[in-house]
Amino acid sequence: MTVTERVAPTVPAPIASATPAVRIEALSAWYGAAQAVGDVGLDIDAKAVTAIIGPSGCGKSTLLRCLNRMHEVTPGARVAGQVFLGNEDIYWTGMDAVEVRSRVGMVFQKPNPFPMMSVYENVAAGPRLRGWKTSRADMTDLVERNLRRAALWDEVKDKLGRSGAALSGGQQQRLCIARALATDPAVLLMDEPASALDPIATYKIEELVRELAAEVTIVIVTHNMQQASRVSERTAFMLAGEDGVGRLVEHGRTADLFTTPRDPRTEAYITGRFG
Amino acid sequence: MTALALGVAHSRITRRRRVKERVMAGLLLAATIGAAALLLIILGFVLIRGLPAITPAFFTERSLPQGEPGGGLGPALLGTLVLSAIAAALAIPIGIASAIFVVEYRSGRFAPVVRFAAELIAGLPSIVVGVFVWAFLVRGFIGHYAALAGGIALAVIMTPIIARTVEEVLRLVPGSLREAALALGAPRWRVIVRVVLPTARAGIVTAAILAIARAAGETAPLLLTALGNLFFSTDLLRPIAALPLQIYQYAASPYDDWHTKAWGGSLVLVVVIGLLSVALRVATRSRVR
Repeated sequence: MTVTERVAPTVPAPIASATPAVRIEALSAWYGAAQAVGDVGLDIDAKAVTAIIGPSGCGKSTLLRCLNRMHEVTPGARVAGQVFLGNEDIYWTGMDAVEVRSRVGMVFQKPNPFPMMSVYENVAAGPRLRGWKTSRADMTDLVERNLRRAALWDEVKDKLGRSGAALSGGQQQRLCIARALATDPAVLLMDEPASALDPIATYKIEELVRELAAEVTIVIVTHNMQQASRVSERTAFMLAGEDGVGRLVEHGRTADLFTTPRDPRTEAYITGRFG
Repeated sequence: MTALALGVAHSRITRRRRVKERVMAGLLLAATIGAAALLLIILGFVLIRGLPAITPAFFTERSLPQGEPGGGLGPALLGTLVLSAIAAALAIPIGIASAIFVVEYRSGRFAPVVRFAAELIAGLPSIVVGVFVWAFLVRGFIGHYAALAGGIALAVIMTPIIARTVEEVLRLVPGSLREAALALGAPRWRVIVRVVLPTARAGIVTAAILAIARAAGETAPLLLTALGNLFFSTDLLRPIAALPLQIYQYAASPYDDWHTKAWGGSLVLVVVIGLLSVALRVATRSRVR
């Protein structure tokens, strides 16, 4: 990066790639009558890491869950606005939520491997749950490939038949990443993927996020600002207003946002004055 | 001064609390011993009175007219097997299906109705179930006493037990697993079949076995449906013998030999239900990791 980019963010930095992988337009989300996200517009760059930061309750996880239509799984939940994946609106009436989720993978805050499945079966779960007709040999290749992508292969290659729940927390989370990658999603959503892990496991996940960004678009929610600055190219800062509705305050290149925030609320948050 | 007073009061309260604690623990222990002793007394009594009846012929032969030596409860054992099989074949799928509906599709308006209905049926006295099946099948569709009617009566008793137990078990499956499966792009039904049910497998097996054990010991609903039969029968449209029925009939008779056989039958029933519980323990032992 050049010096000028670092110090002159009076206008939003230009988006790196011409077409964003995901374009969020006027997105609002509710749980029953309570609005959690208000009127968010945001472009997510392809093959880059975008971090969504903000204090607890700012709607960042809800926003993330709107990107693969997992928000509506919660009873009473509702969404308004549009989310374009490529040039298709995932909230268009004819769009099937199941189809959307097969193109946008998700990794959750707490590692949640299927406990009754082995390591191998956990990685194979996505293709199987979607009814892929994959031969045994191809599936074995697929499992190995994705365990390698998740930097887990060397640690588990001798215990593929053991329960996924028997791995350590960090390994379980990388297993969940391998599971999410196994269906080749274009976008990977990560909801505070390291917040339940120790520092070393966290470091490994962050390293993995950096590596994966070369092949897949990643949106990561985190309340850890250091993590956002370590792993992401772009950062969006969200904050809940007096009304409890989470809104986008500012977004831009991570380096700019953390060094020269444009909004005083962003500055207050990143300097640790609240949150 | 104040500190001293406080200390005294404190120790007095502490002592009183300790005494209360001991009294409560003692009462609980006594109740536990009482319950266990009752069970042991019943088991011991059944064992002592029933054991003399247990011979190979007891399991294989049909009952003989009073006065002839020998004979056994073969038809009753077979009958209970047939009745339980009919009941299980009907109740297990229906019970599991309704539990899945209530838990996995709870946003529907119909789910609470199903749940309430299951609770109501579970609370019905079993003789009422017998009367109901008698009116509809024995007097109605079938026209006479039949094994099928007995099996259906037992199924009516089993279904809500299975539905309610499986419901509890399905609720124990963490929502995070459902979310993980949904987020992989799985249709809802596949999430249920491939993730929720396998995770809850042990509990579902438990529910089914408990319900079978309960139904196998039922007498009242069979009186008005299966009727009983002194001969071997597997014809579903004919009356069929059942262990509890046979015990009831023999125990009510004036003959010592039949009394002994009734005790023998009770022993078999207790042992079978005990074995089912053991089988349950084995079946629900989680897969080795």
